Amino acid sequence: MDSIFRFFRKLGILLHREQFSSGLEEEMAFHHEQREKELRAEGMSAESAHYAAIQEFGNALQLKEQSREIVGFRFETVLQDFRFALRQLRKNPGFTCTAISMLALGMCASVAIFAFVDAALIKPLPYTNPNRLVGVTESIPMIPRARLSYLDYLDWKKLNNVYSSLDVWEGDSYLLTTPAGAQTAPGARVSDGFFRTLGIAPMLGRDFYAGEDLPSAPRTVMLTYTAWQERLGARPDVIGQSVVLSGVSYTIIGVLPPSFHFAPRERAEFWTTVHASSECDLRRSCHPFDGIARVKDGVSVETALADTKAIAAQLEKQYPDSNRGQGASVVPLSDVIIGDIRPILLVLLGGAGLLLLIACVNVTSLLLVRSESRKREIAVRSALGASSARLVRQFATEGLLLVALGGTLGLASAAWVMQLLTRLIPAKMMSGMPYLQGLGLSIRVVMFASAIAGLAAILFSFTPAWRLSVLQLRESLTEGGRGSSGTLWMRFGSNLVVVELAIAMVLLVGAGLLGKSFYNLLHIDLGFQPDHLATVSVEAPEASYGKYEQGVLLGRQIVRRIGNLPGVKSVGLSFRGLPLDGNGNTDWIRFVGRPYHGEHNEVNGRSVSSDYFATLHTRLIRGRYFTDAEDASKPNVVIINQTLARQYFPDEDPIGKKIGDDNLSPASIREVIGVVDDIREGPLDSQIWPAFYYPFNQGPDSSFSIVVRTSQAEESTLVMLDATIHQIDPDIATAGEATMNDKIINSQSAYLHRSSAWLVGGFAAVALLLSVVGLYGVVAYSVSQRTREIGIRLALGAQRRAVYQLVLKEAAWLTAVGIGIGLLCSVAAATLMRGLLYGVRSWDIPTLAVVAVVLAIAALMASYIPASRAASVDPVEALRAE
Amino acid sequence: MLKKPELMPGTLDMLILKTLTRAPLHGYGIALAIKHLSQDVLTVEEGSLYPALQRLLLQGWLKAEWKKTETNRRARFYTLTAAGRRQLGTELSQFEQMMTAIGRVLQDA
Repeated sequence: MDSIFRFFRKLGILLHREQFSSGLEEEMAFHHEQREKELRAEGMSAESAHYAAIQEFGNALQLKEQSREIVGFRFETVLQDFRFALRQLRKNPGFTCTAISMLALGMCASVAIFAFVDAALIKPLPYTNPNRLVGVTESIPMIPRARLSYLDYLDWKKLNNVYSSLDVWEGDSYLLTTPAGAQTAPGARVSDGFFRTLGIAPMLGRDFYAGEDLPSAPRTVMLTYTAWQERLGARPDVIGQSVVLSGVSYTIIGVLPPSFHFAPRERAEFWTTVHASSECDLRRSCHPFDGIARVKDGVSVETALADTKAIAAQLEKQYPDSNRGQGASVVPLSDVIIGDIRPILLVLLGGAGLLLLIACVNVTSLLLVRSESRKREIAVRSALGASSARLVRQFATEGLLLVALGGTLGLASAAWVMQLLTRLIPAKMMSGMPYLQGLGLSIRVVMFASAIAGLAAILFSFTPAWRLSVLQLRESLTEGGRGSSGTLWMRFGSNLVVVELAIAMVLLVGAGLLGKSFYNLLHIDLGFQPDHLATVSVEAPEASYGKYEQGVLLGRQIVRRIGNLPGVKSVGLSFRGLPLDGNGNTDWIRFVGRPYHGEHNEVNGRSVSSDYFATLHTRLIRGRYFTDAEDASKPNVVIINQTLARQYFPDEDPIGKKIGDDNLSPASIREVIGVVDDIREGPLDSQIWPAFYYPFNQGPDSSFSIVVRTSQAEESTLVMLDATIHQIDPDIATAGEATMNDKIINSQSAYLHRSSAWLVGGFAAVALLLSVVGLYGVVAYSVSQRTREIGIRLALGAQRRAVYQLVLKEAAWLTAVGIGIGLLCSVAAATLMRGLLYGVRSWDIPTLAVVAVVLAIAALMASYIPASRAASVDPVEALRAE
Repeated sequence: MLKKPELMPGTLDMLILKTLTRAPLHGYGIALAIKHLSQDVLTVEEGSLYPALQRLLLQGWLKAEWKKTETNRRARFYTLTAAGRRQLGTELSQFEQMMTAIGRVLQDA
């Protein structure tokens, strides 16, 4: 009760501070006056009465201060502490700058990386109840997350008990006639409930109604916000109008909101419905779709998987031809979307965290050294009556101030670094990661930063305070106590340095392994020569080029026209993808004259022109290439890759053998005429799959890719490709012009490996610097504390060499322990991230050895400076210094 | 000149409370009263009265209000509150106990 009363009184005084002060002053002035009057009445002169009154009264200023302190709150003294702390920091700019910049560096790295982690892993997907959404696909041993056939989808949808809705989508691209010429626009076709399953409502118009995806329904399309803005001028009256996509007219029924993202097909502008009518759609063994589903409340992903697997097993019995070995995969949709980058982000977060730890350890040891050198100040202050609580508060204030300055700086630079890092992501990759858009200082990021700052503040205020309590166990005003306190500091400080060295070792090894993985990835055998290759893909209108002869003719025309360009050596065409575009587009093959039990021999199938392998510089191992004359009028032929040869013809010569589809339908049977080196069709870090290549002239298509081998710089040829193709027919759209080297460098696997190697490398470099600075600090401090001892040793005849040894031995011991512990931790850490390593083991001895040597050399260099300072001590000076 | 005995620590509050039992006084008045009542033996370092007054006000043992003096000057007058009177009682009895205890020790020695 009393304390509440006091609180309010204090508050009242605080709110009327001016009044309180002036009242007090008036009261004191009145006192003076009265006393003066009285003294004068006793016969003093006016002047001496005045001074006597002042003298009797005492130190008015101090008394006012005392009064204020009595009625004031604690924070007023905090303010005092704060001012003193600021003065302390200003007085010692070297210390202040070092501590603040180390702290800011650690904060910056960890906050920036956390922002990415937050955007990708923590922030929920932008759909209704996203944690109930799953990705549903079929699964085969070679492809754990394969795709879904339309007929299987219909059965799954009908038979399941676990999904409140199940829908499919397939990426598609549409040929669009625009004022600027023909263009391909990415799109997707979806089943009717796709947007309802996600929980996305159109911004304008309506959603697809149930049954709108059936072949009988009229063709309709929904636009993304971007397409509406850029292709239709954001006109509000687009609903009901029609748009021609790949020669077919669609009615626009809706516009999606700007917030809509669908990372797996982010760039899709036109969303149409399935309209299952193609041969592939109606064949149970053709798998073009990906499924998304919303699991019912109370159903776990595991239950959903079990249920779906049971249905898949049932279908396998029912349709043994098409569904043999077709299992099911059900994973959270967030795994589908961010599964690839999760381990990398976690490794980066780990690296940034370690860096932050080193920075904090370094600042802590700086603070300890400083509290050591402020020993006398503290002793004087406590002798003058400062309570130990007050001293602790002083340290806490200094720690808080450091953290506030370092934290603010770190947060500001983190915001900048985030923008820098997102700008470094290639546009194509960025479009697959829509969740990174608007990356910045979100509430969660700021909270994370504050949590770190809070922990750092606790660490930085308690370490010197703890140090203080140790100090007070001893007399401190005398300088003689130096030896023992030095030992104590040495023990603690050296532990800190060992920790720093070990962390630096972990980061260096991590960076080394990631760098080596990246190197391995770029120097992998691609099965072709990637330099001097320009690539582009074309999409020709079905109406003019859909027939067999038209396709063959277009192919020949393109090869001839591009081949005539200056600097072009040869031109190849490929239908169903260029190297590195991805495994998939597979066929099931069967061998003529061998027993067959319905197994699915899954191989990459590509249709390529006669000069394709020569253009890529892919080695022919056996047999021959195609000729341009091998068209539909000639016998069907096929070239296989080495993996197929090894896997299916282990002990025989494949040349002359016959391969067909799983039914051995007569039209599908082809004779093997050649074996080529394994071309890497999938991502750099993927397995080589068996592949077979048949002549483009025996299976042309109206959309395909072109690859050009040039004698000059491939970039200069690249810019001519577009115009050349449009000269043949302006209605042919081109897309994806890129040099092969750029495709490799910008491919997702290369990018992820490169960025993680660079970032962890950066962390490691900074960590190395910080830990070396830390070691230098410890050794230099110990030397400065032992100047007297060294002086005595020298005076007694010790050799300078012995002094060197004395100092270096200590540093070497610390370094050895640090590296030893670091070695163990590195192997453990590398084992945790082995999923990110490519072609290198987690205990790669050369990496470990090189890192250990680098660290040892850096550490020795850092301790050499204080050692030579110690050796050059003048014994007379050192002894006189006391 | 002989140094006057210093006030025992902690007794200033008690003296202030005591002088105010008769009538409200301003700060200077309190100083004078202490001086006169102790027949010039106890002099407070006059200024230290003011922090002490703030402390007592904060505890709620005194009340203060601005009034005119006889010479028509504005001054702050302090009045003892009921709580202050109670506090004075406890302090006095504690003080007496201590004094008798000290007295016994000194007689013995």
